[in-house]
Amino acid sequence: MTSTSASSYMIELREVTHAYRTKAGPLPVLDNLTVKIPENSFCAVVGPSGCGKSTLTRLVSGLMRPNEGQVWLHNKLVTSPRPTVGMAFQNPVLLEWRTILQNIMLPLEIVKSPMSKADATERAHHLLELVGLTGFADKRPSELSGGMRQRASLCRSIIHKPDVLILDEPFGALDAFTREDLWCTMHDLREEEPFTCLLITHDLRESVFLADQVIVLSGRPAHAQYVLDVDIEGKRTLEDLYTPKAVDMLAILRHQIQVAQGRADAADVPEMTAEASA
Amino acid sequence: MNDTARKILAPVITIILVLGLWEWAVWYNELPNYRMASPSDLIPAFTRYWELFLIKSWETLWRTVVGLGLAVVVGTLIGMVMGFSRVAREGLYPILVGFNAIPKATVVPIVALIFVGQHDFNTILIAFMISFFPIAVSVSIGLSTLEPEYRDILRSLGASNFTIFWKIALPKTLPEFFGALKVAVTLAFIGTNLMEIVSPHGRGLGDLFDSGRISADYPLMFAVLFALAALGIFLYYIVVFLEKIFAGWAERPAG
Repeated sequence: MTSTSASSYMIELREVTHAYRTKAGPLPVLDNLTVKIPENSFCAVVGPSGCGKSTLTRLVSGLMRPNEGQVWLHNKLVTSPRPTVGMAFQNPVLLEWRTILQNIMLPLEIVKSPMSKADATERAHHLLELVGLTGFADKRPSELSGGMRQRASLCRSIIHKPDVLILDEPFGALDAFTREDLWCTMHDLREEEPFTCLLITHDLRESVFLADQVIVLSGRPAHAQYVLDVDIEGKRTLEDLYTPKAVDMLAILRHQIQVAQGRADAADVPEMTAEASA
Repeated sequence: MNDTARKILAPVITIILVLGLWEWAVWYNELPNYRMASPSDLIPAFTRYWELFLIKSWETLWRTVVGLGLAVVVGTLIGMVMGFSRVAREGLYPILVGFNAIPKATVVPIVALIFVGQHDFNTILIAFMISFFPIAVSVSIGLSTLEPEYRDILRSLGASNFTIFWKIALPKTLPEFFGALKVAVTLAFIGTNLMEIVSPHGRGLGDLFDSGRISADYPLMFAVLFALAALGIFLYYIVVFLEKIFAGWAERPAG
């Protein structure tokens, strides 16, 4: 029996089990998954393809309810979508008939916000400046490159000051340089205003660079196979990815993914390069 | 030659060439007016009957527009039902395809029999019946192919289905809708004329055409064809104009 006491975490999944109904019978995707994400921390979820990562985002955002177990958000049991959540996907899904500014303001047309229209517009311009899109407010999405659209999509996901941001592979379709650029933008955004973030990704470097904890999901049906705490001090730069410590973390994650894929034994721990002292 | 000059001159020169060729063919073959009219015969036909042309054109025009308006409303509603419900789509599609496959010329006498004497109503009905199909199909396809992410960005904020329809599904379907409307506007026109010609009741350009046929007045018949073409172009460009206003965003800049 799952405990019913309120959660002290911002996002908490308690023993969540979920299966999709298919023609060939139920397809279990999540099995007894427990995830705990403290307030204002950044959690990255990695795992083999098709292991249920996107299902996880749909459960946390309340778009779906799990068969078993509970999803808690900000001390409340999630039963339906919540306006305190922001979402961004691999596909930036900007509305082609709106300008960039109108696209970014879209959530405020749904969510009741204490911000006045003028304040909201000012905030939108400020966010655009933060992600490097100054001067693009009145452009149409079709006039922007893929990376710029994804930046605009990020602005839209946080315009209504959500306390939880759910990112489903938002950088997945971008080229390597644009991606690294956006990683740094994410750090800038978090520095500006803290939020709790759940990031789904396939990129291990991305997970280490952005997250405070990285959760490796097992193959389908998924449970939390491994949790890595990323303890890099201070504001991160891309150079932090090339320290012995980071290289070791990446080696551990890569090994864990191979275990999840059934291609390696959990006991074959990779060799570490950093001093064991830290 | 600059762009504007080319845009104007190219079609004008083509039209002059075609008319000249036509004039020449009639003159060369020495065809009398009761066998074939030439462009130069049309001017007298227009000047002689100009009042009739205005009255009949108006009758054809307003009935076409009303029929088309009905097709837009009903077609959009059917398209919405089919776009949102799979059961409705699977249930309605075969019957719509079957109905659309019936040549409307065969429906005209039936309609004329059912609603005897209701000429305006009958004409509007045929214009509607012939033109709602492409609208219904395009709206249903536009709605049913909406990517789930588009729904999710609003649904994850707790938006209602109506809000999602109004803010996303409807505007996103507009380019397809206008594409279908361009087809429908021509079809509605055909429907109006079908009724006017197959079931003559003394109204519209079809009636003028019919009187030309009865009195073997070929210049008048050709003049009616030109009037019909002019009305068709007029309606078509109204749709293009509306499309520019409401779905201009879908047009990519060239290159």
